[in-house]
Order: sequence, then structure tokens, then C-alpha cells
Amino acid sequence: MEVLQLLVSGLANGCVYGLIALGFVLIYKATEAVNFAQGDFMMLGAFVTLGLTNAEYMDLPFWIAAPLAISIMAVLGYLLDFFILRHLFGQSQTAVVILTIALGFVLRFVAGLIWGHEPQTLESPLALGDVQFGGVVLGMADVAVIVVTFLLTWSLYQFFQRTKLGLAMQAASQNQMAAYFMGIPVRRVQGLIWGLAGATAAVAGILFASKGAIDPNAGLLGIKAFAAAVIGGFGSLPGALAGGLIVGVIEPFAARYLAAGYSQIAPYALLLAVLIFRPHGLFSQVRVKKV
Amino acid sequence: MRIHFKTTYEQDIRLFPDLWTACVYGALILLAFALPYLINEFYVGEVTNVLIWAIAGLGLMLLTGQTGQASLGHAAFLAIGCYTNTILIEQGLPFIIAFPLAGVITGVVGAIIAIPALRLHGIYLAIATIALSILADDIIVLLEPWTGGVSGKFPEMISIFGFEIERWTMPTRFYYLVLVVTIICTLFYRNLLRSPLGRAFAAVRDSEVSATAMGVHIARTKATAFGLSCMITGWAGALMGYYAGTFNNETFSIVISITLLMMIVIGGLGSIHGAFFGAVVVAFLPQGLSILKDGLIGGGVAIPGLETGVFGMILILFILFEPMGIYGRWLKIRIWFELFPFARKDMFRRQKSYLKTERLR
Amino acid sequence: MSLLEIKNATLKFGGVVAVNDLSFSVEEGEVYAIVGPNGAGKSTVFNLISRFYEPYAGEFTFDGQNLLDRAPDEVADLGIARTFQNIELFDHATVLQNLLVGRHRHRKSTLIEELFFAPRVRAEEHRHREAVEEVIDFLDLQPYRNKMIAGLPYGVRKVVELGRALASGPRLLLLDEPASGLSVEETQDMRWWIDDIRKQMGITVLMVEHDMGLVSGVSDRVLALADGAKLAEGTPAEVQSNPAVIEAYLGAGAV
Repeated sequence: MEVLQLLVSGLANGCVYGLIALGFVLIYKATEAVNFAQGDFMMLGAFVTLGLTNAEYMDLPFWIAAPLAISIMAVLGYLLDFFILRHLFGQSQTAVVILTIALGFVLRFVAGLIWGHEPQTLESPLALGDVQFGGVVLGMADVAVIVVTFLLTWSLYQFFQRTKLGLAMQAASQNQMAAYFMGIPVRRVQGLIWGLAGATAAVAGILFASKGAIDPNAGLLGIKAFAAAVIGGFGSLPGALAGGLIVGVIEPFAARYLAAGYSQIAPYALLLAVLIFRPHGLFSQVRVKKV
Repeated sequence: MRIHFKTTYEQDIRLFPDLWTACVYGALILLAFALPYLINEFYVGEVTNVLIWAIAGLGLMLLTGQTGQASLGHAAFLAIGCYTNTILIEQGLPFIIAFPLAGVITGVVGAIIAIPALRLHGIYLAIATIALSILADDIIVLLEPWTGGVSGKFPEMISIFGFEIERWTMPTRFYYLVLVVTIICTLFYRNLLRSPLGRAFAAVRDSEVSATAMGVHIARTKATAFGLSCMITGWAGALMGYYAGTFNNETFSIVISITLLMMIVIGGLGSIHGAFFGAVVVAFLPQGLSILKDGLIGGGVAIPGLETGVFGMILILFILFEPMGIYGRWLKIRIWFELFPFARKDMFRRQKSYLKTERLR
Repeated sequence: MSLLEIKNATLKFGGVVAVNDLSFSVEEGEVYAIVGPNGAGKSTVFNLISRFYEPYAGEFTFDGQNLLDRAPDEVADLGIARTFQNIELFDHATVLQNLLVGRHRHRKSTLIEELFFAPRVRAEEHRHREAVEEVIDFLDLQPYRNKMIAGLPYGVRKVVELGRALASGPRLLLLDEPASGLSVEETQDMRWWIDDIRKQMGITVLMVEHDMGLVSGVSDRVLALADGAKLAEGTPAEVQSNPAVIEAYLGAGAV
């Protein structure tokens, strides 16, 4: 029973990592850049929801606040692209990496100014109550996290595979110039992707905040999500989720069965192992650049 | 405007292209040596801090600016350099041997760690190095018998043939030590840039396929760059240990790694000047901010994350408006004055380029 | 013995056969051109010789040595230099530095010597510089010597890339569409240069080119490719009048 308990709580944590990793992968697929601020997006999404719904702030009903926060984050993502990232168009990936790291610092600073640095809890209907399955006690929040995550991943996957816009987004990343010639509005497509990543981050933030307290440094969780994205293979949406689940499940088991000191290392050790033995992730195929 | 009339190839090869430049830098070095007689000991300490950051910046610049590989984990190599130096001295090696050796060991360790990561492209290396920076903290704790774990270590007093150097009681002597290391590292950097290996670094940065076709072994070149970068960073780490006076597993955190990367971007990627300019910003920003804050809202009010937040904003502004960093701005101002009044605005226009995928590699 | 000899080369990308049982040989001192419609596998042949692609089957021999034993970066050491269809220069370096990278295969100094810029490094640098200056004179690149690649016009970049390949002092020069995107005058220059490269420098040239004017002007022999297989081989005139070639280019019924 204990194993099952660890597994479920690991899966729920893993889903949050997976959702952040999903954000990385979305942006990577469409713009070939990596958004190192995705974890801070998640933190901001959580705080925006908290600001809208908690009694001491605006006290809106949760089911109004949540969609509102998701839309706000989507708009924020689009605006960030519009005002900042669009100006980097065509510059190296390294520039984008550094820029988004800086952005993360700024977001953390701003969130700290507005909401303070004390951990706060979101008044979420998801956070109430437990469900009993046999001998296993599951938090409602954990179940909600798992369900929402799978639904979101599935719909994003369908979006990229089936819809014209989704395919256009992939094309836009692989060859900007060719995509232009084919009549794809590359810049607008990239803005939309950033919006989508913002919305995904907001969902992750709401779920994460429903499971426990948040503070402005919660975004550092993003680093674990990186591990997840790499393990799953950058560029694959289901891979990102799977990577997140793997990292999430490893953590509680390592904490339970390994000596203290070794348990924190486990996810990163796995990350390095994957980078060495299967560099492009567990779920991805490698090809060679044409010249 | 100065006109260079070149008569021999040597003019493009030697350290300084002309007499004027040689004089300017000669004067700068003289000034650096005279500095302790011009300012008080507190500021000598501050300048020492700038120089140590500049050495670390040179280390990372070699990798990121010259070879085009971003590392978000260089604090780990600062740590390796610092601990190796301290442990070697505790084992009885004299400073004059232990210190260079600490850098070399850091370099070798860096190259070995880098080999698997370097087969991958840009972003993967960045992520692998982030993981490394996080792991460093835990590994230092795990290796407690050597590293002292959470309680940390104190470096012993430096002694070079009986000549003692200590950061707190003799800041001027420590300053001279750091200055000498800075000059040596800068010379190494400059020498690399004018030799085949430096060109191979640039070739790897700009086009891996054609570098290969010209006979450059990509993985070996990248590993060499990583190793050399780590060597210089290791020396900076050892000096940082002396400067701080005590260090433990949290001294060389991931924030330091990221600060280092941001520093060289603000300073100006791909130039020696950039490392120094960036170091000045990093070293003086906290003081500047606290003076500004005290003036605006009164002292005693703590704003957590202020430094990193402001640093982030400065960086974003630089990437957007001056991707060449402070050094790039400096060059433009200089050219503007040299050409006065003939400088035109579009002289410095950036070329538009399109991103093509590197993913299918 | 031929300088470059390729026997039964085959390359498949997934199910697509890019090069199909192709054999040809390039003699020392000649200019050999490969022509063919888009997608015929011309650049793929170059990438096979450069060892960027691993052939599915076939023998590749250069000057009696098995090319397949060499890693991609060791091909240059044998004396094979190349240019690229879409120009692959080092954009953030000067023309001079780009050409000096071409000398990389002649690097003798070690890491330690370079860190201290030992006398040997200095002497080597002088030799490299002399070799590069010869190339600069040959290609009239003097005005651009210290210019960054990123700001240069297309035509000049094309010449710089040729220069970089020449600077390595090759025995075999692979030119991937040397005239594509060039103006009529620039193409004319390119033609004279290719002629001089062969006659004055004694370098064997293997090129892929669409411009039939240039091909018939400079090459001794021409290979026509279609769908990765040999269609015809011979003098430019022979190949141009070959009915199979005309059909491949203009479609059936044009004869």
C-alpha cells in the first residue's frame, strides 16, 4: 500500500513537472528556443489566480478566477513575445536562453513585490477533501492534477497533429524563411505559441497551488521540469509528460529508499544519464542536418 | 581617425597592433599596479573583487563568446578550483604549485565532464550544466571528509617562498596576487585568439559543417575549449575562496553560475574587454543599488530579490538594444568620435537573419 | 590510377534511394562536372565524399587510400577541400580569419605552445599568412581582407568560400554550385578562376553546377545524373547532345 501511495503522490507531482515541461516543448517546437522562465510563468499563474480568488485580495469565485487567470497569462505570454522576444528574431538560441533566464529573475522580483515572499495557499475547491480507494488515501487535488494534465496533453497533441495552425507552428520553427514563402505568418504564429505556453503555465500553477503553498521562488521547480523535458525528448509533447511523470515518481521513491543526500540527486543523475546514453531523450528520433 | 598602414604580417600577429594601443594598455597596467598607492584599502578590496570576477568571466567568455557554447554551470567549476586548491595546500603542497595545479585539474575534470554533453547541441549543454551546478551542492555535502560539507572550509594563509599573503590583513598583497593572475589569464586568452586553436573555436561557433570540412575535429575542439574555460574558472574559484575567507556547499550556487553568464553578456560577448566591463557591473551593482535605495526610500528596508531583479532588467534591455554589450556600445561611441562629424546612424545597423533549424542534427 | 574513384556507391534515406549504384572516377588534373536536375543527388555525392553521410554500399578511394576509413574531419588532411551550396562561412569572423581556418589542417603547434604563443607558433602564423595572402591576391580579395563576413555581399562570400578551400592547399577541390546566384560577370570570373586553379595550381576540380555555359566552358568531362544514377558521361558536347539527358531535363517528347 505504501508503494501505491508513493506512486500516486509522485504521479501528481510529476504531472506538474510535466505541465511545465509541456510549456518548454510547446515553445521549442514552434520557435526552436527554450523558455527558461517557464517555471516562473507557472509561479505567476498561480499568484494571479490567488490574487483573484483569495479572500484577502479580490475574492472572486474560483471558477471565474481560474479561467480569467489563464486568459491573463495567455495575453501576458503573447505580449512578452510581442514586446521582447520578437525583437530577437533570428538571433542565436543562446541569446533567447539568457533573455528568458533574466525574465525569470524579473518575474520573481515582481511577484515578490506584489504578493510578498511568505508562502501562501490558494483557496481552491480542488484542495478540499480526500478520496479513499481501498487502503490508499488520495487528495482530491492529486486526482484533479492527474486528470487535468492528461486532458491537456491529449488536446495539445491533437492540436499539433491535426489542425492546420498546429502544423503551421511546426513548419515555422523548422525553416523560418521557407515558412514565410509558404504564407505562414511566422511572427504571429510564434506569438500565439507564447500565449499558449502562458496558458499552460497558468493551468500548471493553479494545480500546483491547489496541492500546497506557493512563494515567488516556486518557479525554480522549472529546473526539474527541464530534466523532465530532456528525459522525454525535447520536441515531443507526450514525451514531456512522460518525462515529468518519471521525475515525479523517482523523487518520493528515492527519498524513501535511498540514503539522505543521494535522494535529491536522483532526478539530475537520471538527466545526465539520459544525456549521455540517449541524448535526444527517451522518446525521440535523431536525424542529421542537410547541407 | 587613426590610419593603420601595415608593412609586415607581424603587425596583425603581435600582441598590440600599433604603438598607440601598446602605450594605452601599458599605461592601464601601470595604473593598476599603482592603484594601492592612490586609493584606500577598502576600495583596493573592491577592485580585487572586480578582478576575480573578471577572471571567471574570461573563463566563461572563452566558452560562450568564442566557441558559442552556453554553460549555466560554471559555479561548479569555481567550486572545483576552490576546493582543489585548498585541499592540495592542506596536503602540504606549496601555493605556487597547488594553485596552478588546481586550475589544471579543474580543466581536466571539466573536459571529461563535457565530452558527453558536447556531442549535443547548444540547449542540451545548457541544461546538462544546470544539472551539474545543482548536483555540485549535493556532491560537496556527500564528500564531507574532504570538503567539510555544510560547515565548510577556511583557506590557509598563502605563502610564496615565505612571503605571506592574506586577504583581510594584507589586502594590498592579495590585490597584487590577483592582478598577476588576471594579467596571465588575459595573456593566455589573447594568445589563443591569435593562434589556430582560437580560430578553430570561432569556426565551431559559426558553422560546424564547414569547420569539419576544413579539418577541425568538432568534439575535440569543443572539449578543449571547455577544459581551458574550466581551467581559468578554476583559478578564479580558488581566488574567490581566499577573498571570501570561508566557503561551503552553498557558496558556489547556481545563482553564481547564472550571474556569470549574464555578466559576460552585459559586458559584451566574444571580447576580453567584455569580461572586465561585466565584472565591474556585477561587483558594483549591489553597492550602487543600496545607495540608490537608501536615497529613495530610506535605509533599513530590505527588498528581497532586488539585485537579481534589477540585474535581469538591465540584461533584457541590453539584449534588446545592445546585443554586443557594454563593449559594443563603447566601440560605437569611440568610432562616432573618431569619425566626427561623419558618423551615420545606419553604420551600425544589424543584419537581419533567419533562423534555420539545428534540430535535425 | 585515378585520383578519386567511386565504385557502386549507394545511399538510402529511409526508403528513398538518393544515390543508386553510382560509379565514376576523376583523373588527376582534370575538371570534372556533375550535372543533373534538382534532387538528382549531386550534392549528396559531395556529402558522401566529405564523409558527412555514411554510404549504404560502395567503395570510395582517394589517391589509393580508402576514404571510408576516415572521419569527416580527416578528409581535409588527405587534401580534399570543398565549398557549400548555401555558403557555410564563419559569419562573425573576418575574411582573413576565414581563410586562415582553411589552413587548419597544417596546424603543427600544440595547445601549450599556443597558450604561451611560442616562437614556433609565431613562425607558423607567418607561413599561414603568406599562403593566405597568395590566395587573396589570386582571387582579388584585398579590399575585403579585414571585413566581417556578415556584412559582405553574396557574390563576395561565394569567392571567400572558394578562397578558404584553396587556402588549405588541396589536391582535390569540390565546388558545390560555384556559380549559383552569381551575376554574369561574376560567373565569368569564376570560370577564369577555375581554369587557373587547374592550370596554374595543378588542383583537380570536381564540381556540381547548373550553369551549362560554365560547365561546357571549363570542364573536361561531364557526368549527368538523374535520380541518383548515371545517365551519361563524356565530354560536355557529348553529354549535352545525349537524348537521355535532354529527356531528363526537358521531359519526354522534346527530342
